[in-house]
Amino acid sequence: MSEASVPRPSRRRLLLLAPLAAAAAAGAGFYAMLRGLSTGSYDPKGVPSALIGKPVPDFTLPPLEGADLPALSAADLRGGERPVLVNFFASWCVPCVIEHPMLMRLAKQGVPVFGVAYKDKPADALGFLRKHGTPYAKLAADQPGRVAIDWGLYGVPESYLIDRQGIIRWRWAGPLTEDTLTQELLPLLKRTA
Amino acid sequence: MRRVLAALRDAAAPALRAGLGALAAAWLLATPVLAAVSDPAEMLRDPAQEERARVIGRELRCMVCQNQSIEDSDAELARDLRRIVREQVSAGRSNTDIMGYLHDRYGDFVLLRPPVKPETYLLWGTPVIALGLGLAMIVAMRRRRAANPAPQPDLSAAERARLRSIEDGSGT
Amino acid sequence: MIPELGHFALALALALSFAQVGLGLYGAQRAEARLMAATAPVAAGILIAVGAAFLCLVWSFLSNDTTVANVVQNSHSAKPWLYKISGTWASHEGSMILWVLILALCGGAVAGFGSNLPSALQARVLAVLALIAAGFLGFILATSNPFDRVWPPPADGQGLNPILQDPGLAFHPPLLYLGYVGFAVTYAFAIAALIEGRVDAAWGRWVRPWALAAWSFLTLGIALGSWWAYYELGWGGYWFWDPVENASLLPWLAGCALLHSAIVVEKREALKTWTVFLALLAFGMSLLGTFLVRSGVLTSVHAFANDPERGVFILALLGIFIGGGFLLFAWRAAALTPTGVFAPLSREGALVLNNLLLCSIAAVVLVGTLYPMFADLMLKEKISVGPPFFNTATLPLAAPLIGAMGFGPMLPWKRARIFPAVQRLWWAALLALGGFLLCLALEGYRIGPALGFAAALWAIGAALADVADRIALFSRPRAAWSRARGLPRAAWGGALAHAGLGVMILGLAGMGLATDRLALLKPGEATTLAGLEYRLTGIRTVPGPNWTARRATLEVRDGDRLVTVLEPDKRSFTVNRMTTSEAAIHTTWVSDLYAVLGEERDGGAVIRLHHNPLAPWIWLGGAIMALGGGLSLSDRRVRVSAPSAKVARAGARA
Repeated sequence: MSEASVPRPSRRRLLLLAPLAAAAAAGAGFYAMLRGLSTGSYDPKGVPSALIGKPVPDFTLPPLEGADLPALSAADLRGGERPVLVNFFASWCVPCVIEHPMLMRLAKQGVPVFGVAYKDKPADALGFLRKHGTPYAKLAADQPGRVAIDWGLYGVPESYLIDRQGIIRWRWAGPLTEDTLTQELLPLLKRTA
Repeated sequence: MRRVLAALRDAAAPALRAGLGALAAAWLLATPVLAAVSDPAEMLRDPAQEERARVIGRELRCMVCQNQSIEDSDAELARDLRRIVREQVSAGRSNTDIMGYLHDRYGDFVLLRPPVKPETYLLWGTPVIALGLGLAMIVAMRRRRAANPAPQPDLSAAERARLRSIEDGSGT
Repeated sequence: MIPELGHFALALALALSFAQVGLGLYGAQRAEARLMAATAPVAAGILIAVGAAFLCLVWSFLSNDTTVANVVQNSHSAKPWLYKISGTWASHEGSMILWVLILALCGGAVAGFGSNLPSALQARVLAVLALIAAGFLGFILATSNPFDRVWPPPADGQGLNPILQDPGLAFHPPLLYLGYVGFAVTYAFAIAALIEGRVDAAWGRWVRPWALAAWSFLTLGIALGSWWAYYELGWGGYWFWDPVENASLLPWLAGCALLHSAIVVEKREALKTWTVFLALLAFGMSLLGTFLVRSGVLTSVHAFANDPERGVFILALLGIFIGGGFLLFAWRAAALTPTGVFAPLSREGALVLNNLLLCSIAAVVLVGTLYPMFADLMLKEKISVGPPFFNTATLPLAAPLIGAMGFGPMLPWKRARIFPAVQRLWWAALLALGGFLLCLALEGYRIGPALGFAAALWAIGAALADVADRIALFSRPRAAWSRARGLPRAAWGGALAHAGLGVMILGLAGMGLATDRLALLKPGEATTLAGLEYRLTGIRTVPGPNWTARRATLEVRDGDRLVTVLEPDKRSFTVNRMTTSEAAIHTTWVSDLYAVLGEERDGGAVIRLHHNPLAPWIWLGGAIMALGGGLSLSDRRVRVSAPSAKVARAGARA
């Protein structure tokens, strides 16, 4: 090249390396995201709950008409003897059907599961439970969906684990699966029990 | 629109992905954007209050949609949140209070304007950082030029003459 | 049979591309004239092979060949023929074929029109383009083959997502890809320059038309997409700062900076390293968009079906092309000798300011788009970065850019004084101030739109002042016509593009004054918006080719005069059981009357009406900008051949 070129300060060299360094860092990040996508540790769709570690919001809900189960209020979740799972569901929600056997299994194992029928007609919700079984020890109806918003719910199904002090410890948005149960919920239940 | 919530949940559950193959193959997973006409009854009578509710609503993310504000979506949850915003506006609560109410329930994710905090300093600092770095580069370049006077461009005299003849008529 | 031929043609194109890479790079390095001469025919061969594959896919769609999985997933026999063709590129696989086809077209153009390039430069450019083609052909063949068969074939296809069945969207991807892929050519020129270690005025002259062409197509593509969103999505929005929209804006911003800095290289032989960097960046941003849309790392309304495996493949391609490009840059760019000192106040100084501001805006858009993903990955923080952020963060950078845009073309090269420019621009400033005050007076205290009108009038006024000054309209009005005819098209193009931006801002400012009305109307009832009366006269069912619609009829009256009849649809598509709303839009150019049909209930229907002042000017402005780019492109000077003495030198230098 040109003979006129004088030794350049190394700062220019560093500057010329900057794009490569930035691209490499971004590339490593993207690779970690792709890895996370396949292992499930990175999920662009998932949204964490803002209520983790906070006490359950104040609420009182009416019982689900015709279910003959006690209704649910914040008082039922504070100072209980065992951790409780609160499950929001609806008869019109397809994934709720899929997670239902998991709830039934938890109930059979003696985990108290409380249900909230979200934006559902009582008759529809009852039909759903008649068909798939009732895992719930207490069952409330949130037809306007307002209490659900106090819980930070953004869809159904959603399940919340409440410890004995009435603190929300864990939230699962989407259907509970075998993996969720064994890898997340059951160990947590052991720890909070 | 309830179905939309359910459909989104379907998409979120890896176990159900296969069943959605047909939908996923389409270019746009656009179900939630289609319906933007909502209920006239939910609007506030007072235009000033309605305008304020919209300003707030445009700052809040529709949690089940993708990058849409609650004002732009007809998802069930967006409707509920719009209603809450309007109730609180007509109850005379301040914009900060109303956004705080939803922030308490849904966290930072609900705010389309990320809050300024250590985790977002870099984001909010970008315009200043970019301008500053650029200016520093320009200043450094000018210093360097001043220190090392420009070497002759390695064009032959004939090339330069030719270049000049091409540039003729350029008026600039 | 036809799909297998297409599959074979892809494999052939891959083989030819690999051959081209060796041929071009080795030939140029060894200065083997015969090897270099072979690159142009091979580029034509790649184009023919990819073109054949594309036609095979189009044929499969047109004949509704349900043994092809891609056809089954994206088409249906009842679909109008236009959407059968556009269905070819509506899917991930098909759009990749279109992408590679356009890349092959660019290669063909460099081979065909590049005979005035030094042969070593041409050979290297073609080799780099072939390397990119090879990467993406490999990607298609390995992970996204559109010719995969299904057996037994289903009776018919599943149809195309109805909101994609629209003329605007049929042409949106090809235009967008012409832009993205056009930057592959400037990228290839940059790589070739880095290999040769030489960037000079001639290089700037060769790169600029490609940057201009790519940028103009991208402008058109983005404008068309925005227009489509406006009329199809049904709530009158036109830009949402969605990650995928941002992904198209990033190469546009980088390309816009590139075509300005290439002027400095051409005229002053300065900013060489920077221009090479921008050429790498513009294509890098195009590739980044491809990765973001197709890998599943983000959620967007526009994202394709996501597959991490594909994502890893594209990321590897990004590593080769962006990483490789920047590696070469770090290694070789120091060899590019900077020349020319310039004063801050000069044409080149203004162009540097333009680059500084455009790149800062690009940085904001890039960081804002990627921040939620990286915050999630590294800080486990879920945050949203939405329109309020982007508006707040880009506006303070865009405002000085528009301000400086008026002065730039007025400043002479090398050293300028501000006073003569101010002297010629005072009336544009007065116009802007007038617009600002008029808007405040008419519309009340609405500072945003008022500033928008001021900026728009400033940009348009300054562009007019620029032309008036160049043709000496006021100083020697008699000679003005002949001077106007003699003015280079690049000058006209530049002024036109700047005025186009002003027109677009005028539209954006007008949309800031938009009003709307939501009403439940029974047939016979009316509501008013912006002084017009909208009366619902009836709702009826209308059959379409592959849908049935409920169609409302609204008569719009200004007093007693019938302005127009609006007929918004709500269409139900039988095949995918989806509904879309088709807004009815009547434009007077001063404003759009926009109606959407919502739910029907209680014997009436919910009607949403929008009154959007100056809305069409947004896309008109985009079209004018693209036209300005095209006009510059047609300038004799950008096509003129460079000194032929360079041919031998460039070859020897390598």
